[in-house]
Amino acid sequence: MTAATGNPLQHEAVVTIYEKSRPGRRAYVAPPADVPERPLDELLPAALRRERPARLPQVSEPEIVRHFVRLSKRNFDLDSGFYPLGSCTMKHNPKLHERAAALPGHSRLHPLQADEHAQGALELMFNLQHALAEVAGLPHVSLQPSAGSHGELAGVLLTRAYHEARGDQREIVLTPNTAHGTNPATVTMAGYRVVNVGTAPDGGVDLDDLRAKISDRVACLMLTNPSTLGLFDSNIAEISRIVHDAGATLYYDGANLNAVMGICRPGDMGFDIVHFNLHKSFTQPHGGGGPGAGPIAVSDRIAPFLPVPVVAKDGDRFRLDHDRPQSIGRLRGFHGNYGVFVRSYAYICSLGAEGIARTARAAVLNANYLKALLARPGIAEHLPVAYDRHCMHEFVLSGAPMKRDLGIRTLDLAKRLLDHGFHPPTVYFPQLVEESLLVEPTETETRETMEAFADAVAEILAEAKADPSVAREAPYTTPVRRLDEAAAARNPVVRQPMD
Amino acid sequence: MGEANYPADLKYHREHDWVRLEGDEAVFGITWFAQDALGEVVYFDAPDVGAAVVADDAYAELESVKAVSDVYAPLSGEVTAVNDAVSTSPGLVNSDPYGEGWLVRVRLSDPSQVDGLMDQAAYTQYLEGLS
Repeated sequence: MTAATGNPLQHEAVVTIYEKSRPGRRAYVAPPADVPERPLDELLPAALRRERPARLPQVSEPEIVRHFVRLSKRNFDLDSGFYPLGSCTMKHNPKLHERAAALPGHSRLHPLQADEHAQGALELMFNLQHALAEVAGLPHVSLQPSAGSHGELAGVLLTRAYHEARGDQREIVLTPNTAHGTNPATVTMAGYRVVNVGTAPDGGVDLDDLRAKISDRVACLMLTNPSTLGLFDSNIAEISRIVHDAGATLYYDGANLNAVMGICRPGDMGFDIVHFNLHKSFTQPHGGGGPGAGPIAVSDRIAPFLPVPVVAKDGDRFRLDHDRPQSIGRLRGFHGNYGVFVRSYAYICSLGAEGIARTARAAVLNANYLKALLARPGIAEHLPVAYDRHCMHEFVLSGAPMKRDLGIRTLDLAKRLLDHGFHPPTVYFPQLVEESLLVEPTETETRETMEAFADAVAEILAEAKADPSVAREAPYTTPVRRLDEAAAARNPVVRQPMD
Repeated sequence: MGEANYPADLKYHREHDWVRLEGDEAVFGITWFAQDALGEVVYFDAPDVGAAVVADDAYAELESVKAVSDVYAPLSGEVTAVNDAVSTSPGLVNSDPYGEGWLVRVRLSDPSQVDGLMDQAAYTQYLEGLS
């Protein structure tokens, strides 16, 4: 298969909006001012004004529309197809939430508005704090962190503040060797040293290794449960005891909360600090780099150190509370990504407590159904599941036999899936599993979609058996083929040359 | 990439690095096993000439389509040359790991450290233990 298919417009060369600019073209002509004009010097001192006009692109309205609509079609998105990107929880984002977030009372609110003029927004934030506290099983919440990694940083800074307030200097944070890369990165940013904890043969934390590495120099253990292998660690109570006996805190990375929310609570498992990914579990659209939100929930002993401000309630009035003397301070300007809060709150209100629990059950059921579909002959001998037991919301396959017997790598399978209209699963993570694929269907997919995905995988493997070069050269139908991702990351070109 | 091979005239480190001894200097690279595990290498973040490398510590990074991986020094010393060809064409690490895909040349500070490395037979046995 070499012929390009799909929309030919997708294959045209991309130019930037600046390159489309032609002098004199415009999409809008402002009407004459209906107030008296004043000299510019009166409004803005000359020293603060630019010497020549900004070089904005000059483009007609239809060209603007076409430009951005075409760009929007060149990427894979959840509204177009199945997106089983493990650990990312690419669930459907209900369109109702967009209407709620766009209401003028939300979208036109100014962040400097006085508390008494923003009571509705503060009430929404207060209620969201309360709902997240209930999901976490921990009573105190800050909505400030604006991404999962930001929530992690907040959590580790809180751990540091907690230990230092007791006069306790600690220097190590433990992370499992299956952890998200952001965990060790966060630890390093917060000034701690990372020590890895091994994984037991059943996929859980290696308790012997944990006991060997825990000490009064350990500040925190960062964990997800279920783990990045999609497995629930049933030793969590023992892990919690080991960590707390050493005086350390237990941190819950909320990346995998979709599997357990409403069913069991991190606080009840013994976690001190939890971060949420509202853009994963609570339907903020994501995948394009933001905006996200990474609120944190903490136990009583961590609460004094929470970032400011938090939303407080006095009688029936709401206010931003800045008066928290032991706070680690601000983590961002203003009050967090408010539009994300509206969408997540709308989601929580739509589902209710029972609906949230059913969501988690459906996510786990879907993952196990897809895992079973991929266990059929023609697939399983090439792509065996790495830990063969019931999974939670996601599961890991190993492409090692496929690489050995069919001569295609996990990356090749992933690229070929694009030609079948599917976004590939996460590849080469977790690194513990050779040639790994991490598959997370989420609760919002139908049986038919998952069956079609399994059929596509079987078809690609059969095709590779006949001719591995087809997958090795894939994709064929996308606007671009294989990209130089290393150069894109290390030498990104993000500026439009103007002359 | 070809078939797995581990030349007899090299010494091997458990982090899958090879050493070719040349007097008081040595050439470092990564083994066939390492490049196969990494997959297509797309970037070599090289140390500076003159940099000190310490046995068992990372001295460079190789980025593949899968991940960025540390490269460990099998022996201690000072970098006297870096293979710029690999910086330009990182795929040389895959196509010729023991030849054109060499990474750095090092003046050894403690040649006796060689005694701690594996020979071909020991390394291939070590690899069998991993699989």
